Amino acid sequence: MIPQNWVLFLSLSLFTIGIIGVMIRKNLIILLLSLELILNSVNLNLILFSHHWGNTLGQVFSIFVMTIAAGEAAIGLGIIIAVYRTKVTMDADSINEMEG
Amino acid sequence: MVEAIFFVLAIFSILGGLGVLIFRQPIHCAISLLLTLLSLAGIYIILGAEFIAAAQIVIYAGGILIIFLFAIMFVSVEEAEKKKKWIPSWPSFILFGILLFLSLMFFIRSTIFEKAKGFSEVLSKYGGNTEAVSDTLYNYYLIPFEVVSLFLLVAMVGAILMGGWGVKK
Repeated sequence: MIPQNWVLFLSLSLFTIGIIGVMIRKNLIILLLSLELILNSVNLNLILFSHHWGNTLGQVFSIFVMTIAAGEAAIGLGIIIAVYRTKVTMDADSINEMEG
Repeated sequence: MVEAIFFVLAIFSILGGLGVLIFRQPIHCAISLLLTLLSLAGIYIILGAEFIAAAQIVIYAGGILIIFLFAIMFVSVEEAEKKKKWIPSWPSFILFGILLFLSLMFFIRSTIFEKAKGFSEVLSKYGGNTEAVSDTLYNYYLIPFEVVSLFLLVAMVGAILMGGWGVKK
């Protein structure tokens, strides 16, 4: 069987790529795509340790994570479409009404 | 043999993730994420989670990514061509990401895992992965399951509300 460290490295790589994507990309849709990448790396960790301990609890939790990801994608894209309708841009830097 | 398949799938999934980071058009990023999702489904099968692999393909690749493609349909292609794709101070954030990776890699490398137990015990008890997952889900986690269904209702109402926001009557 494959060593647990390899899967953890893969999960860590996907998590890092997702974090960098959330921080440096300007397009709002790609921000949400990077968020999906982070959630997938978490799922991979849960399933790895489910296999490690021989317990299906991790898989049940990854089902919950998938459900949350689906809801988050639906609401996030709804917000993005609403923003696009009023600002006619997808650029995260040009949305600065709150002066943050 | 399993190691070779894992390596190929891992390289494909990392390449797909990097594609999300570097492609300019959102549609290319979404297709690149599809590569990652399908390779991860293969890795789930290697790790003995067949039901989650099927759910990954059905929910992620078939559901969430299609919602993303619908949203990308509304956006103009020219805007992504004109504007810069990364924020101006991107090198510092990439440096931060590399530092995060190295520091967490240090902890992963210093951990020594014992041999994985695997699902042979569970499979002999229940007869299949899906049976075992559903037994845990419905016998021990029924209330979280109901709460999640309530969450889905709230998400549906919120998405409908947000979709109609700012529409001139």
